[in-house]
Parts: sequence; structure tokens; C-alpha cells
Amino acid sequence: MTTQPTPTEAETVRRIVADMKGRPGPLLEVLHAIQARLGHVPESIVPLVAEGLNLSRAEVHGVITFYHYFRREAPGRHIVSVCQAESCQAMGAEALTEHAKRRLGVDLHQTTADGQFSLEPIYCLGNCACSPAVMIDGRLAGRVSPERFDTLIAEAKGAGGDSRKLRRQ
Amino acid sequence: MTTITVYVPRDASALSLGAGEVADAISKEASARGVPIRMVRNGSRGMFWLEPLVEVVTPAGRTAYGPVNVDDVPGLFAAGFLNGGKHPLSLGITAEIPWLKSQQRLTFARVGITDPVSVSDYVHHDGYQGLRRALSMTPEAIVQAVLDSGLRGRGGAAFPTGIKWKTVLEQKTPQKYITCNADEGDSGTFSDRMLMEGDPLALIEGMTIAGIAVGATQGYIYLRAEYPHAYRALNNAIAAAYQARYLGPDVMGSGKRFDLEVRLGAGAYVCGEETSMLESLEGKRGEVRVRPPLPAIKGLFGQPTIVNNVMTLSSVPIILHRGAGFYKNYGMGKSRGTLPLQLAGNLKHGGLVERAFGVTLQEALYDYGGGSASGRPIRAVQVGGPLGAYIPASQFDVAIDYEALAGIGALLGHGGIVAFDDTVDMAKMARYAMEFCAVESCGKCTPCRIGSTRGVEVLDRILKGVDTERNVRQLEELCELMLQGSLCGLGGMTPFPVQSALKHFREDFGPRGGVETAPASASVARAAALFPSGRQET
Repeated sequence: MTTQPTPTEAETVRRIVADMKGRPGPLLEVLHAIQARLGHVPESIVPLVAEGLNLSRAEVHGVITFYHYFRREAPGRHIVSVCQAESCQAMGAEALTEHAKRRLGVDLHQTTADGQFSLEPIYCLGNCACSPAVMIDGRLAGRVSPERFDTLIAEAKGAGGDSRKLRRQ
Repeated sequence: MTTITVYVPRDASALSLGAGEVADAISKEASARGVPIRMVRNGSRGMFWLEPLVEVVTPAGRTAYGPVNVDDVPGLFAAGFLNGGKHPLSLGITAEIPWLKSQQRLTFARVGITDPVSVSDYVHHDGYQGLRRALSMTPEAIVQAVLDSGLRGRGGAAFPTGIKWKTVLEQKTPQKYITCNADEGDSGTFSDRMLMEGDPLALIEGMTIAGIAVGATQGYIYLRAEYPHAYRALNNAIAAAYQARYLGPDVMGSGKRFDLEVRLGAGAYVCGEETSMLESLEGKRGEVRVRPPLPAIKGLFGQPTIVNNVMTLSSVPIILHRGAGFYKNYGMGKSRGTLPLQLAGNLKHGGLVERAFGVTLQEALYDYGGGSASGRPIRAVQVGGPLGAYIPASQFDVAIDYEALAGIGALLGHGGIVAFDDTVDMAKMARYAMEFCAVESCGKCTPCRIGSTRGVEVLDRILKGVDTERNVRQLEELCELMLQGSLCGLGGMTPFPVQSALKHFREDFGPRGGVETAPASASVARAAALFPSGRQET
């Protein structure tokens, strides 16, 4: 069974749905707005979205789970996406990914125990002339060596910001 | 003291190399020295090994310095770079740099030159001349001009653009749509991103012309979520175009309406397929539609819809402005006009090269690309993204043109070129192609959904050296089945990289004596890790 959304979450979702339901084909827009506000799309808000947009819960669930971008669990404070695509592979993405896993102590799709970093695979950031590429909290980095990766992680930690509030403004 | 104009790119790739920090450092140093400067954040010229590329306007022309690090900034001031002073990072007059000078930039004419979100700068550089011309023409004449230019879809399918437009024009319905496919997901491609960040008004103008031509009043740009910089640039440019009345109820005082908005994708590669993109724009799962009906007849929300790539639509303004004949004069055979090639992967000089069709792969890789970045021999090149064939060095003399590449069993796709040096393991690349398809399959048809997963398994056995001959045969049969039986290009073209790797690099698929391979459990765990929860298909 899914848990109930918190009153704040419910209010946020209701407001987003009310704002957007008049737009053509609004579901993806609504889910983007929810993730931008809550950091993820919790299972518990599915009934609210379904009811608000006059869709079945199955339809909403189906859309959330189809798209890689929508996350159903709360991510770490910082989201680290390492490109896995061919151009980056040609410039050592595999080794960089292994380094990232070791450095953060997690596998892909996992979050560090202290909740600081989520490590994600991504398939092309359009930075292919500067491979390998990494994106941390929406900030793109090119020609990332293992040393540069460590610097970026240290910077993200130092910056202290919260990726959940920075993405997709 | 006169104010000197300094250009520092806002292009995402330039920013990924520190352009933002360099721009800040220049502004700070200038104000500390009491020197008035005007800072323009332009697009990138596309010479990414020289980014961050800083340009200064001098009486002799725009003078370039690069690649500039924050630490270089005080030295540049000391050398008098604001007056074009000599410095170890001097590159001379930007337009005279041979790499750039030898190009034929039509679609990218303004990228890296103008302020991307300034309508007045755009107009000053021939912007909105195409729309102006279009507004004086009949819809039929606009469509005919696009047809006569020979422009073919730059997204990969290379379908004649004018024919699509003509079909939509002929539909007698009150609501039609112009949609732009900006889901540029192919590895090795970034031309759409560069243009949307560096000259978004060209795309906006192209879509407006399309709307005027076929009688559509609403446009959507379907942009991938991985492009936050392009998202901001497009939204800023759209707002500026509304402000200047190039969008809205009365486009350029013509009394004609055209509205435009950006919609974000959500990380699904298959949504670059046009019918899947339409489903996604409607807010649904991006599952491929069965054709017919064609989108031109029954597309977005069931209405006649133009679906064109960013490059295609951005090439329209110059065709209308300079005429179909001007554009058609570039190119060879049935590939007319210019192609923005993207040099990526293991190349010394990666970047954007726009030339008429017909440049050879050899020229692209060595004359422009400068050979491999690692200094090792280039062994394989993948052209056209993850669904494109791998091409061996013996075929680098092929001309980059739709038909010539098809002639060697390859494809041009969106014009991305990814180079690999001789350390590449082509059996692993074949496995990756199948794995990518398994991760990205929309799940609608069985050959793609199940076939790709079986493909990964067969390749894992080959990589472990298990019963190689039989497994290679099985892989070949599987490829044939996916090719013949898939609903769209994802399953239907995933065999291309696999088959070409088998054909040209067969030695990598043999018994793997001494080669370290992952144990079965590790590869299963890796495959599982690649499926986010809820997407596991089998």
C-alpha cells in the first residue's frame, strides 16, 4: 500500500494540477513541476494527479515509470550523472564510472549512506566534443578526469546547495 | 575611453570547460582596472578544443584567444588583449582561423557571432528576412520553395521536407501543428543543442515560416530534459520574439497568428522517434504509433502535424531569404545544401563542421578532427548515433552524403561522428548497442523489447568465449529478426552497429584467450543496474 502524502505535498500537488490542467496534454508538465518542487514524484501523489487530471491511476503510474527522468524515491542532496554513451566511452567513460563508484562508495542508481550523493547513468549530455562528460546538479562538466571528478565532488559538497531545489527552474 | 566588446560563450560545452568563470574573471579584472567593457555571452564557434574561446572586437575584426583559463586572465590584460595584443593564447582574427574559414556555414551562420537572445542582433545579421519574404508569398509558393531547395530531414530519416509540408498544407482542418523534434539523443551529436543555445531565433523563425506556410497557429518544441541550457535559451528567445511581435496574434503585422512553446521530454531516447514524440507531447507514455496514418495527416492530438528536426527547421529561414536555388547549389547528388557535422569521441579537434554534402570521412577525421586525441590510430568510427554502423579505416574515403553512406551499409543519421582508437573492443561496443536498446525500448513490439535483452545475453556468452561460432550465428539471426520485425527504428536499426562490428571487426568476436571478462553474475548485476525500477522488461 502506498503511504499518504504529507499535507504540504498534497497542497503543492493540488496547486500544480490546478494551474496546469487547462493546458493540452498536461501530464508530463505536471510531473516535471512536481519533481522540481518535491525532488521526486512519490507514489503517494498518484491518486491526486489522476483525480485532478481525470485520468486513471494506471495511466499516471504508467507515465511516471516509462520515463527515466522521473524518480520515485527521494534522491541525495546532489545528483551526479555520468555519461555512458559511445562518445564518452571512446574517451574513458567506463573507467570514470568505476572511479565514481569507488569514490562515492555506491553503484549506479544508488545514493550514498549519508544522503549526500546519488550516482546515475545518463545517455548523452550533448557534450560529445568534450568527452567524458558529467553533470552535477544541472552543472555540466567536460573532459572529466578522475582527479577533476574528485574536485567537482568536493566543490558540490562545499557549495552546500541542495540539488532538489536547483534542478529544472 | 571607448567601451570594448568582449565575447565569452554561454554554450553548455564552453561552460563545461569553465567559460562562466572566465567571463566573471574578465569582468572583475576590467572593473578593477577601471576599463569599461561590454560583455556579450555568445554561442560557441564550435572549436571545442579552443574553448573557452574569448573574442575581442578590434578595428581589424574579432580577435580570438583560447583556450582561456581563469588563471590566464590577468596575463591577457597585461598583454593588452582588449586591443588585440599578442599573447601565447592569441589565435588571430577569428574568421581567418582555417578550421572555421574553410567551412560553409548557412544554418550556423550566426552561431557564435550574435547575442543569442537579442532580437535586434538577430535582425542585424539577416534574421527574419526569410519570414518577411514568406509573408509576401502564397502558402503554396513557400512550400514549393522548400521542396525546390532539396532540403531533406536532418534528424536522420532524410525525408524530403517539402513533401511533408505539402501534405499538411493539403489537409483541410482548422487546427494544425508545427512540432520540432529537439530530442537530440544520439551520442556524438550536439548541433541542435549548439543552435538552440547559440541562435535559438533561427529555429523560432523556421517554425514560424512553417506555421504560415501550412496554416498552423501553434508550435511545440519537444526538448530533451538533458539540455537545461538550451531550455533557458529557447524560453528567453521566445519571450523576446513575443515582445518584438515576431510571435503572437499578429506576426510582423501580418494579422497572422503563431504561438510557440517548449515542452520538456523526460529522458526517453525513443521519444526521438516522431510518433513516440507525439505521444509524449500529449502527456502519455512515449510508445511508438503504428503508421499509417502519417503524422502529416493525423499527428498531434489527432490533427495534421509537421514533425521536423531542429536543423531542418533552422535551415528554412535562409532558404526563404536567399532562395531555393541558392541552397540547392550546395551539396551533391540527392543530398542538397549543407550538413552540420559533429566531430566527437576520440578526436583531437572535436567540434562543429558545416560543409556542403560530399566531404569525405577521411577529411572530417583528419583535416578537421586532427586525428585521435589519444595519438593512437583511429580504428573505428560510428556515424549516425547509437543506431549507426561502425565504419573501419579501410572505408574512410567514403563521401558524407546520404546515398554514399547507404552504399557501404552505413547511415548518416543526424551527422554525428564518433571516433574510437585501437584500444576499442568492438564486441563490447556491439553489446552496448543491444544494452542501450534494451534500456530504451518502449516495449510496444516484441522484436525490440525481447530481442535486445536476448542480444545482450548472446553477446555476454561471446564475450566469455562460450561456444563462439554458434553464438555468433545466433546473434546474426537475431539481428535479422529485429531488423525485419521491429515497429520503429530503435529495434529496427540497433542491428546496424552490431552487424557492422561483426562484419568489419570479426576478430574481436573470436575466442578471447587471455582477455579478462566479467563473470556472469557481474554482468547480470550490471544489466540490472541499468534498468531503473519499473522498466525491467523480462
